[in-house]
Amino acid sequence: MTTPSHLLFGLPLLSLLIFSPLAAAAVALLIGREQLLRGWTLVSTTLIAGISLPLWWRFDSSTAAFQFREHVSWISFLKIDYSLGVDGISLLMVLLTTLILPLCVLASWTYIKVRIKEFMVCLLVMESAMIGVFCARDAILFFVFWEAMLIPMAVLIGVWGGPRRLYASLKFFIYTMAGSVFLLVALIALRIKTGSFSLEGMVGQHFSPGFQGWVFAAFFLSFAIKVPMFPFHTWLPAAHVEAPTAGSVILASVLLKMGTYGFLRFCLPITPQATIAFAPWMLGLSVIAILYGGMTALAQNDLKKLVAYSSVGHMGFATLGIFALNPQGLEGAVLVMVNHGVTTGALFICVGILYERLHTRELGAVAGVGKTMPIFTGFFGVFCFSSLAFPGTNSFIGEFLVLAGSFAHSKALTVCVVPGVVLAAAYMLRVLQRVSFGGTDNPDHSGLADLNLREIVTLTPLLVAVLWIGLHPQPLVQVLHATVHQLLQQVGPALSAAVALAP
Amino acid sequence: MKDTLPDLRLLLAVLAPLAGAGLVMATGRRPNLRESCSLLAALTLFGITASLVPDVLAGKTLRYTLFELLPGLSFALRADPLSMMFALAASFLWILTVFYAAGYMRSLEEHGQTRFNTCFALAIFGAIGCAFSDNLLTLYLFYEIVSVTTYPLVAHHQDAEGYEGARKYITYLTTTAKGLILPAMVLIYVLSGTLDFATSVHPGILPSGVHNGVIAALYVCCILGFAKNGIMPLHHWLPGAMVAPTPVSALLHAVAVVKVGVFSTVRVMLHVFGVDLMARLNLGIPTAYFVSITILGASIIALSKDNLKTRLAYSTVSQLSYIILGVALLTPTGIEGGLVHIANHAFSKITLFFCAGAIYVASHKKNISEMKGLGRAMPWTFGAFAIAALSMIGAPPVAGFVTKLYLLIGALDAGAVGILVVLVASTLLNAAYFVPVVYHGFFGQPSEQDAHHPPHEAPLAMLIPLCLTAALSVALGLYPDFFLQFAQAVVK
Repeated sequence: MTTPSHLLFGLPLLSLLIFSPLAAAAVALLIGREQLLRGWTLVSTTLIAGISLPLWWRFDSSTAAFQFREHVSWISFLKIDYSLGVDGISLLMVLLTTLILPLCVLASWTYIKVRIKEFMVCLLVMESAMIGVFCARDAILFFVFWEAMLIPMAVLIGVWGGPRRLYASLKFFIYTMAGSVFLLVALIALRIKTGSFSLEGMVGQHFSPGFQGWVFAAFFLSFAIKVPMFPFHTWLPAAHVEAPTAGSVILASVLLKMGTYGFLRFCLPITPQATIAFAPWMLGLSVIAILYGGMTALAQNDLKKLVAYSSVGHMGFATLGIFALNPQGLEGAVLVMVNHGVTTGALFICVGILYERLHTRELGAVAGVGKTMPIFTGFFGVFCFSSLAFPGTNSFIGEFLVLAGSFAHSKALTVCVVPGVVLAAAYMLRVLQRVSFGGTDNPDHSGLADLNLREIVTLTPLLVAVLWIGLHPQPLVQVLHATVHQLLQQVGPALSAAVALAP
Repeated sequence: MKDTLPDLRLLLAVLAPLAGAGLVMATGRRPNLRESCSLLAALTLFGITASLVPDVLAGKTLRYTLFELLPGLSFALRADPLSMMFALAASFLWILTVFYAAGYMRSLEEHGQTRFNTCFALAIFGAIGCAFSDNLLTLYLFYEIVSVTTYPLVAHHQDAEGYEGARKYITYLTTTAKGLILPAMVLIYVLSGTLDFATSVHPGILPSGVHNGVIAALYVCCILGFAKNGIMPLHHWLPGAMVAPTPVSALLHAVAVVKVGVFSTVRVMLHVFGVDLMARLNLGIPTAYFVSITILGASIIALSKDNLKTRLAYSTVSQLSYIILGVALLTPTGIEGGLVHIANHAFSKITLFFCAGAIYVASHKKNISEMKGLGRAMPWTFGAFAIAALSMIGAPPVAGFVTKLYLLIGALDAGAVGILVVLVASTLLNAAYFVPVVYHGFFGQPSEQDAHHPPHEAPLAMLIPLCLTAALSVALGLYPDFFLQFAQAVVK
């Protein structure tokens, strides 16, 4: 089988994807009228989503090799290259990013009322950087995109956020910046050992266990903050609560995936021995995150905080699957990443819709809107069920595979996770009950408008994704298969060595 | 070797109540049309289910795959003798309940009748899906669908009591399903690479070499996890669910929902673990004794309840465990007796609930102590109640007698003398809490008010269904072969 063409209309596909949002942002700077700005951003993000689809069609899932490769020397005296490529995991992440962005624009249509131009430019710059992160095959290029996400996101929260936006924005900035420093240190250490910044060159190098340990620790700090893993999660609820809807959606759907993506892309292949040595700790933190996220979510009365803490639990499932270090766990983890993007994104959009109408996110104040907003409640119900991993929805299959991988790794550990699964059902059903029925003392919601066409258009693709992945996940798993297999082979020798050493 | 044919009728059977729910929602503004849609869906469902009977009796196993998720993991349907018993009983009784519910809800001028009828059809969709599940994953899917679609029915009155009952209901059912069944299912998948049910009751699907402790743990998870089966101590949701309108208590909390629990438990015992493995690990008789606690305990609690529906609810808790007890005896006669009780209990208990609802509509009385002399004013209702009560007690010639006879023989075959004692004690207890209701009804001294203004029978839409189910309870006692042949085919 020949490698798929990396060109579209004679242009390199990945570069086209990375730079067209920037070009769209440049055009947006010249547009004055608000409605035109919104329309332009919507059209351009939709077009970019369309451009990303050939990645899916042309992707050859029979090989683990990186595809759609582009390679140009960039800063030659430091041996930094402009090197791009995608494998199964990055493919899904890129598609998730490009497909969710038009929905972010739609969700901000009336939500954002001031500085619309700046807002749209921020969104588009974010998109460039996020796609770049998932495609970069050079460590410095990766780092550049990684840092490029930081400022627009902090601005999104700090300018268009809620009352405590500056606090949240600063906290987000400090946490992630601190993590980035460790990432940079680790990358430079690897450059000194291998002589280049190429990610290919860093894999399979058999570094000394001590060196691996330090590099892993640095990676861990950076990625664990981004996931966020317990106990580095405290920036997340603050950021989510203050961010505008689109900010929350991007944060939940894409930005959180950067952490787990980093684990998969850097820790497992580059520091396999350290990965195995630290895996029990990682698994322990994952279980704590699942339980802690669930319990905290159950206690929340602010809808956004609740969804934010549920994210901590869901991402705990992703890291649990990754560090179970078996095919089912890893495939499940990537599915959880995709599913969390779809479902939590949708839930944040739903919360935004409620907030626009009622100007509150308090569970007591939104109680019983089901009577006046039946269409909304229908959508919201499906997303709630998806979030609690109801069979037949997208999250179920991811959670099932993660649990299967985790059972294969350790039965005792998995039994500890089970209360987290129950908690997820408890807090999601509680929310759904409050929103659809409420109690006997519901506030008066008469006169509340149900969803308009724009909102239905925003939520429908997510609904389709929930059911499509839930009932037909095989294409997604197939895309991952070769990549996950190779990833485990890269960890494999160390894995068998660890087994041999075990008493 | 049994034939396996992909059969579209299975898909249609599951879609009929789902489509019915859609139609009910669409025609909500026109009550007569709406109820006609419910009826149409019920008739279609029963027709399709009945059309499967000859093929299943000929020894064929019909299958239909809905969605293939991953290798060994799919949403798929099957019709075999076990599924037919449940599906036939549930789909037939739905037809009668449509009439009964229309009479009940309209007489009491209940609110939200469209939501009620929609959720009702969705609950039947879940129950039929459970009956026709081909693997544990599909069973789990439909089991959960039943849990969530019945929530609005339990909370129907939307008052503090309704919400409290519904909260307890959903908490018990989803916690056990997520906390016990889901992990057990994942582990079974990890161990055996599939979740498809075995085709006969003997082999099970677990591979040899699995540690006995793990199997026992999985078994306990499955027995307790399907909490809709009402095994103590996880039975509290059922009395709590009695706040729902009586048609819900009748069809769902005496037939569809609770039988989903029992059916799932039995399905897993017979077609996941298998008789051979259960016998080898000696899981059967301890299970029988464990559920005996429920049989006797629930009956004793029922004695103390004055609210008729609550007493019936505890009676249900007790009777459901008969089914599990029969299967746990692991002898052919015991299993047949347990399985046939799925149908026998359905016809008799729905009669009792229909009567309780009819009494409430006619006289607005809920407590047994207030029903003195009411039988003389409502002879048909109390007559039907008496017949169904005899069935619960296990007296000939009503359906419950067949069950009890088979269970006694099964217990003797298994050499479990203690179980005989349990069955005899339970019979006495059943008589102790049912006979007074009938006795007071016919021979009690009516209150001042009732003596001057005696209530009339409930509307015919309610009276005819309850007389029919009472008559059918007798018919099943006189001609038990119809459901027994399926039970025998399961064991074969």
